[in-house]
Amino acid sequence: MSAFLTLLRRDLTQLLLGGRRGGALLPVLFFLAVAMLYPFAVGPDAPVLARTGGGVIWVAALLAAILPLDRLIEPDLELGMFDQWSLRGISEELLVTVRVLAHWLSFGPPLMLAALPAAALVGIDGKTLRLVELGLLAGTPGLAALGVLVAALTAGLRGGAALGGLLAIPLAVPLLVFGAGSLAPGGESGLGLTAAFSLVLLALTPFAAGAAIRQGRG
Amino acid sequence: MGTCRLSATDLACRRGDRLLFARLSFALEPGQALQLAGSNGIGKSSLIRILAGLLAPYAGTVEREGGLGLLDERPALDPHLPLGRALAFWQAIDGAADNRAERLGLSDLLDIPVRYLSTGQKKRAALARLIGQQAPIWLLDEPLNGLDTKGVALVEELAAEHCQSGGIAVIASHQPFALPGLARIELSDFLPSPAGRGRGWGIDASGEPPPQPLPSGEGLS
Repeated sequence: MSAFLTLLRRDLTQLLLGGRRGGALLPVLFFLAVAMLYPFAVGPDAPVLARTGGGVIWVAALLAAILPLDRLIEPDLELGMFDQWSLRGISEELLVTVRVLAHWLSFGPPLMLAALPAAALVGIDGKTLRLVELGLLAGTPGLAALGVLVAALTAGLRGGAALGGLLAIPLAVPLLVFGAGSLAPGGESGLGLTAAFSLVLLALTPFAAGAAIRQGRG
Repeated sequence: MGTCRLSATDLACRRGDRLLFARLSFALEPGQALQLAGSNGIGKSSLIRILAGLLAPYAGTVEREGGLGLLDERPALDPHLPLGRALAFWQAIDGAADNRAERLGLSDLLDIPVRYLSTGQKKRAALARLIGQQAPIWLLDEPLNGLDTKGVALVEELAAEHCQSGGIAVIASHQPFALPGLARIELSDFLPSPAGRGRGWGIDASGEPPPQPLPSGEGLS
């Protein structure tokens, strides 16, 4: 248990403050920038913005979740941290679980907070905002798991970061479809499906990413 | 330090389509030390990683009893953190044992971020991490790289103390390593077949060996 907390504390400080690779602020700023650009591109037509704004927030959230991919696994692999943990009998599955939790904490809640000003920028109403927030709560854990999974798969590859983004986007489509779909009239059941897909990713990631890290040793 | 044992039986290592060494066996009891010697690229680091359980051997088995500590070219210390905090992370994981930072000449460096340390200072820092781990089996991959003469003497002294207190040390190094009772294995004695030397197994004087198909000889499957 104490190892779990020590690891979580390290992962959180790494991902929140980020050292030289930029911390948790970057994805949030990126998210807000997309939400801010959208009205410029589409024009100040309030009904159009209100109708499409929720979907834009979802797309922005997805893209923001991809930004930190290259610093989730790769730096620790380069440093030899995973080898040292392995020698101490700490399983890759535990390490990945801790990292998913830390990654979610560093971008999920900040993104949900940033969705408030973003909602104002695209002019969506209170009811839609509530659905967006609930959807993000259900969907961001899945995005966090997916991010760590893809980062583990592409760690050590040349151009891994770009490849990771390409790999993560199609896999995140179900989250986007269900999450943004919940905003349509009568689409509230999408929230449950978003949460279900998140749970599948959360359950799968420790084993798949753990195996990827072990296989990547050589 | 508890009982420890490390033995390898009929190890073979394959990297890509090249067999680096084969039929390598040894057994180490508490207090014994072994140097793995050989030229660059002959498979010293691969053997260390096989012994550590980080790399699967192509053939053969490794038996370990007791915790393993690994020192290689990567210090496994967070580069942007001050050295003191980077070491404190491992102390929290390993249980706060004395890592002899003072003896390693690190007491003045604890406030300096790891990325500003020199190669030799990073090596000393990694040694502090290794000592704090209190593992009975030490696997040292080129522990003398980047160290000055004082540093070299210090590492040899620490390894000797480790063995005296009942630990095992395996040292992969192309440099001479002064340690009482140090056994020595030349990896070039374990090339896949003695006749194979001239055919480019291992590294020969001409530089890069050409890729060769794997021999189907016995003991390698």
